[in-house]
Amino acid sequence: MFKNLFKRESNRREVLAAGFVVPDSARCVQCGICSFNCPINIDVRNFAWQGRPIENSQCINCGECVTRCPRGVLRFERTSLFAEA
Amino acid sequence: MTNYVIVGTGVAGIGAAEAIRSVDAHGTITFISEDLHGYYSRPGLAYYLTGEVDEKLLFPLKPGDLKKLNAHFSHGNVVRIYPQKHQVELSDGKHVYYERLLLAIGSNAIPLKVPGANLHGVAKLDNLEDTRRLVSLTKNARTAVVLGGGITALELAEGLASRKLKVHLVIRTAHCWSSVLDKIEAQIIEHKLNHDGITIHPNSELTSIQGKHGKVAGISLASGEQIDCEILAYGIGVQPRLQLPKEAGMACERGILVDEHQATSLPDIFAAGDVVQVHDPLSGRSIIESLWSPAREQGWVAGLNMAGQRAVYSLSVPLNVTRLAGLTTTIIGAVGSRDESEPLTIAHGDSETWRDIPDAIIAQSGFDVNHLRLVVGKNTIVGAIVIGDQKLSSPLQVMIRNRVDISEIRDQLIAPEAPIADIVANLWSKLHASQN
Repeated sequence: MFKNLFKRESNRREVLAAGFVVPDSARCVQCGICSFNCPINIDVRNFAWQGRPIENSQCINCGECVTRCPRGVLRFERTSLFAEA
Repeated sequence: MTNYVIVGTGVAGIGAAEAIRSVDAHGTITFISEDLHGYYSRPGLAYYLTGEVDEKLLFPLKPGDLKKLNAHFSHGNVVRIYPQKHQVELSDGKHVYYERLLLAIGSNAIPLKVPGANLHGVAKLDNLEDTRRLVSLTKNARTAVVLGGGITALELAEGLASRKLKVHLVIRTAHCWSSVLDKIEAQIIEHKLNHDGITIHPNSELTSIQGKHGKVAGISLASGEQIDCEILAYGIGVQPRLQLPKEAGMACERGILVDEHQATSLPDIFAAGDVVQVHDPLSGRSIIESLWSPAREQGWVAGLNMAGQRAVYSLSVPLNVTRLAGLTTTIIGAVGSRDESEPLTIAHGDSETWRDIPDAIIAQSGFDVNHLRLVVGKNTIVGAIVIGDQKLSSPLQVMIRNRVDISEIRDQLIAPEAPIADIVANLWSKLHASQN
């Protein structure tokens, strides 16, 4: 069981490290909570409006915007995401 | 150079202006709105009420964005349209000429009609001014009663509770948001609301509001129960603002009728957003969508057509996302009303049955309650409600929208106590792998 938990955590970290935060614009209502909570002041909301991944080199993938969004707009994603799932 | 006039500064109007600018750099765009504050996130008002976001953050457009749009914003109340003269008249008597007009005037909260509804302390959550007023009322209040069972009422209740008020939620039906949530889901939400200190009064009817010195002092229910309070906030539905289009002779039913180009029955007048009733020739459905994202999309299509392009708006699978009692909730497709054309089966799953979803799907998670309901048709999933953990939300959106064939997992899904989330996740992984 512990081995399984460890593997999961390692998978999770790998995705976080290699991923982008990606918006689903159809869910977004531009409330601004993501931008408000970004620790390095990236205007995440503007990316969501344009439907673009948060490809800002300053983004540290902390996940604050993903967690805080009241409408689940944001998620982490990387290429071949499900290959190792 | 075309002269575009857009009435309303909601997301439909902004979407239209962006579309116009994408194909016409020179035409003049004039916004006319009676809302003093211009374009802001109206759905975000609920989070301003909870204190999660500053008021200034509700305004998405920065000076640079406005410059790019090159539009003129003017405050005014359009009282009449003269379709023959191509003019609108404002309440101050001024006439504004247009070549293409967009009505993106949205909807209003349905007013409360009980004795005492005019007292100071009766509030709603319709626009920024309402919300400012409500926030200010909370400073001298200890108890609030919220009337309504839908999203707005729940947002009001949560917002007021987060401002440390004792909140009573008065619902006409047996459960909250009964047009969408089933009994199990409503119980999950209501349990969480109770936990947050909100007392729910189901099957209850507000009969009157009592006042003292012109201010709310309490309310009475049909049962005879009385609750002392300083605020009565209500969210009992919205209605499209149809007076202006009807007086202009525009074809309207429950909303303004538009064709697939968002054109109204009057020449050179388009409409988009909450005021519009959209007809889908394929399904025969005719609905008012009342959602932010479709309003933007409709505005975009209207804007392109106003600028001389031929763009078509078509209804897509309904998607509504909200937060209920702290739980992100996604509603996809047909969940509230039954489609008679095929037999449907409902499959439920909760936190206990979906622990093994691949962790490679990283979306919102970590909620203390997770719940999934699938509405399963003959070969497809036709609707879903995802409460809490949102890992499956996006896969389900794709599967429902694209009518992915699920016949190979159908029997597993509808078996009693089936781990439905894991079954869906596995199918999704397989589908995804086969595409790579």
